[in-house]
This record gives sequence, C-alpha cells and structure tokens, in this order.
Amino acid sequence: MTEEEKERNVIVCRCEEITMGEIRDWIARGYDTFDELKHILRVGMGPCQGRGCREIILREIAKMKNVPVSQVDPGTFRPPSKPVKLELLAKKEGGE
Amino acid sequence: MAEEWKRSADVVIIGAGIQGCSIAYNLAKLGVKDVVVIDKQIPTAGSTGRCAAGIRAQWGTKMNCQLGLASLEILENLHEELGMDIGLHQGGYLMVAYKESEFEQLKKNVALQNSLGITSRVVSKEEAYEICPTLSAEDAVGFTYHHRDGHADPFLTTIAYHKAASEKGVRFYKFTECTSIKVKGGEVKGVVTTRGEIDAPIIVDAAGPYSQHIAAMAGINLPLYSERHEILVTEPVEFGVCPCMLMSFSGNYYIQQRPIGSIIAGCSPEGHPEDYSLGNTWNFLEHMSRVIVRLLPKLGGVRVVRQWSGMYNMSPDKQPVIGESKEVKGFYISAGFSGHGFMFGPISGKLLAELIVTGTSSIPIDVLNYDRFERGELIEEPAVV
Repeated sequence: MTEEEKERNVIVCRCEEITMGEIRDWIARGYDTFDELKHILRVGMGPCQGRGCREIILREIAKMKNVPVSQVDPGTFRPPSKPVKLELLAKKEGGE
Repeated sequence: MAEEWKRSADVVIIGAGIQGCSIAYNLAKLGVKDVVVIDKQIPTAGSTGRCAAGIRAQWGTKMNCQLGLASLEILENLHEELGMDIGLHQGGYLMVAYKESEFEQLKKNVALQNSLGITSRVVSKEEAYEICPTLSAEDAVGFTYHHRDGHADPFLTTIAYHKAASEKGVRFYKFTECTSIKVKGGEVKGVVTTRGEIDAPIIVDAAGPYSQHIAAMAGINLPLYSERHEILVTEPVEFGVCPCMLMSFSGNYYIQQRPIGSIIAGCSPEGHPEDYSLGNTWNFLEHMSRVIVRLLPKLGGVRVVRQWSGMYNMSPDKQPVIGESKEVKGFYISAGFSGHGFMFGPISGKLLAELIVTGTSSIPIDVLNYDRFERGELIEEPAVV
C-alpha cells in the first residue's frame, strides 16, 4: 500500500466512520466547504459535533484549494455546546 | 478551482435548494442545454437543509394529495434515477388527533386520499401502538396512517439532483447572490449578481424564504412571507423506538426517528416570527423536550445534540406558487411551499421544467399560479403543522 493509499484509509470522522479518501473525493468534485462535506458525509453531525474532525477537514480543504487555512470557512456551530438529556430539559423548574 | 463565468444562458435559476436543483435536473433531462443555477450560499443552505426531512401523501386538498403521491413515486425510484443514495425510509406518518373535530377532518382527508389512490387509513389505538412501540397517547381520540409516507435525507436528495444536473452540463455558481433582475418591455432579460451579469430569456425564482424579495426585483408583488420554525435532533438510539413520523395538528408537533437512529422533532412556533433571523431559543428546547418525553416516555435519557431553525416560505392558502408570471414574461416562480418544499420538490421541479419546455405539465397546475390570490380563489390546505 502506498503512503497515499494509507492516508486515504485513515478515519477522519470517528462518529460517522468517514475516511480521508471520501473527504478528498468530494472536495475534488467541487463540494469544497466544510458545510457541504457535513451535509453529504455527516462529518460534524455525530455526538462529538465536529470536535474530532473539523480541523483535519479544514486543513485538507486548504491544501486542495491551495489557500491558507485561515481563509477556509469553519462552518456552522450549533447549540447545545454539549449534549443534554431530554428529561433534564423537560423538567426545568417553573415548567409544566 | 477557477470557474468560467457564463455571460448568457437559456435559463437562470435563483436558489440551489431542492426546487432549484430538481428544476435544473429536469430541464437538462428534457434537453435544455444551457442552464445556470446561482445561490447566495451553498446548495441546501436556505430552507431545504433545515427541514425535518418528512415526505407524505396524507393531505387535505386534491392538489396536495396529487403532488404528494407523485413525489413519493419519484422518491421511491430516485436512487436508481440519479445514481446516489437519498436516505429514503418509508416508515409511514401516524397522524394523531386529540379533538373529535380534528379526527373528523382526518377521516375526510383519508376519504379524499383513498379516492386519489393513496392507501391511507384510520387505525385504532392498539394498532397505533404497534406502529410506534414507545408511543403513549392515551388522550388521543383517533389516528390515521399511510405506510408510504416517511423520510428522505434533504441533503443527499438535493445533492443527488445537483450532481446529476452537473453531469448533464448544468452550471452551478455558489456564493453568487442575485442583486437585481433585468426586465424590459414586460420580459425578463437577465440577472445581475455579486459576481457579474448573466443574460437569459427565462429566470426561475426558487429562492425559498427569499423568493418574494427576488420577485420584487422583477417588479412582482408576491403575497408570500417567511416564518421561522425551530427543530432539534438527538443522539442516535436503537432504531425502532419511533419508526414512523408522529404528527399532530392540535398537538402541534412532528417527531420522527431518522434511519441513523436520532430523533428529530419540531413544532409550529409561538408568535410566528417573521424577522428573517435564524436564531435558536431556549424556550423551544424546553417545550419540545416536554412534548417528546410526554409522547415517548422511554426517551427521557436520550440527549439532544443539536438545535437549529429554518424558514417556512408561507403562502396565503399554504399551497405552493408554481408557474410563469402573467406580468413579466419569462419569469417563473416555484415558491411558497409553506413548509413542504422538500417533499414536493421532486414533482414540482419536474412539472415546472415541463411547463418551461412544453408550455404544459403532466399534472395540471394552472391553479397554482399566484394570480389565484388576486382572484380570491384560494385552495386552503387544512393539513399543516
């Protein structure tokens, strides 16, 4: 296996088991923003909400588009910042 | 990836959501060579990617039943047609009525649906509990169910159209915002965008929540408005706890388990905000969590991972506006879906493409022209959350 092939097999998003190869293929097809990759591959939508994969993917986009990472849109961050149980949200004081 | 700018086209579509991508694909399929789609952001960034992913044929008007059923039929074969998985899962919609009058309306809807070939039916509480094993709805008075309703992934479905259209030669320009529309002598001539101009004899307004703004650029006053709705999704849990869409008009909720296991839930908003903002509220999070825990008590320990909001592009009768403007020749509209644009997109895109190419469509949709509002011929849809 070549270095390139080895890299392609690396799991970038552990929540959704997405490999570097899949990320690179979709960037090459023109889906070259974090949010587009998120929509297609669900990277950043799992329980970790992108904590593990976002920076790796942003670096990959920068590399393939030949721009500095600072110029790559980091994509949308959504609340809550940590997963919260439904029963806790449902039981707040003053609620029903 | 420097892309060449097309200075002219046969058709320019504004908006790369489900409508724009479906229209573009269907135009290309009908042989239109030069189609350009512009979007101020990325595909699905407007309303499509923010929706609850539901697809259904359980409607209360003949038009919506026809569109809903035809869309389901396209979705059932779309993976094969477009060559990409669209995350289709047909677990059915279970409609829950809490009032007798509401149940009467649901029964009327079922009779109408059955007359149009939709195999929906009234189901007993026992059967409802079999369909949705963790449901607790002791206060409900009746249920209806249609097994072909369900779920498709809005991102994958739209990207499947986007990709297939691209392969047929359609050009997509993202981060390209329409700033004005050129009209001369009652005919459209082209669009001006933040990246340059494109001349075209046909412009399609598929701008979702912003469609009335785009129409205004052509001097057309569309009586549409955009309303913010909120939604949340949980971490994945074992599939089967809520395999159907639970929906209630009086209960004001829709809840469904996605095929990957997470639970997605939303409701109609308090105050119906029309400020074009896409914020999230703590109130919604609490309210929705209470509704979920009451209906599906076993889910209390499941965690919410994300909440977001999106806009319903509302029309006065909650039916879409599809067709060519009678004021400005060449200006076509596909908007006002009132929260159901994703599920109608496969059929509405096909019908509008037919209308553009042949002047007529395989399901007659003349009544969906926006001139119905001036004539007062509204087709009020009773089955909406």
